[in-house]
Amino acid sequence: MMGEALPNKKSIEPLWWGLFSAGGVVAAFLVPIHIVLLGLAVPLGWISDAPDIFGHWFVKVYLFVFIAMPLYHWAHRFYFTLSDIGLKSFRKPISFLTYGGAMMGTVITAWILLRL
Amino acid sequence: MIRPDKSLLYYPRMPATWWLRKWSYFLFIVREFSSLFIAAYLVLFLVQLYQLGNGAAAYSTFTNSLKSPGWIVFHAVVLVFAVYHSVTWFYTTSIVIPLRIGGKEIPRAAFTAINIAAWIAVSAVVFGLYLLQ
Repeated sequence: MMGEALPNKKSIEPLWWGLFSAGGVVAAFLVPIHIVLLGLAVPLGWISDAPDIFGHWFVKVYLFVFIAMPLYHWAHRFYFTLSDIGLKSFRKPISFLTYGGAMMGTVITAWILLRL
Repeated sequence: MIRPDKSLLYYPRMPATWWLRKWSYFLFIVREFSSLFIAAYLVLFLVQLYQLGNGAAAYSTFTNSLKSPGWIVFHAVVLVFAVYHSVTWFYTTSIVIPLRIGGKEIPRAAFTAINIAAWIAVSAVVFGLYLLQ
């Protein structure tokens, strides 16, 4: 048979899939109510703003998961979407922007929450 | 492991507009793009938290700007995408992780409904905690 031998190396792809799923669950359960509360109800004056809640350490832990996980969900999904709509030849820079962006977002999220 | 010779493989070529050909393809791309809208919302929320860290004056300047019609429309649009993500995610979950009770797989529609009920309950808890704090 013609062909080349594949190197037997371990892939980190399962990690990205895992983060994608975790982010998908977090986004599915929590993002809509956050938009309703902080994006619509507070700005429209239906309920009053309560920024003090963001100072509690357990709320910070919650917000870290709430923000960072869906970023990996976006990275994984967007990487494949851009490939699907014809940018397959740019896979390398796209993976750098998406997965790298999510990792940078994680660090920035931690930094912003820690300085609150 | 042997990788077959590339010149012997068939690679279908798709035009960049394949997803405009069928309604179901279009919905697939809308679902994929929901993640981009959700990420954009989270970045905006991060800016809000960053301004909170800058002090009360910076925070209220930022939250006042969220009252503008443009940001209200932005949040309304993201909400539509976010709800679309939630519903499609719960449906997909029922396919990927079938729920079995007593060795029998429960119907997908029922599992999706259980997930949506849990989603409403979680949302109510977040809403209640925010109001009560």
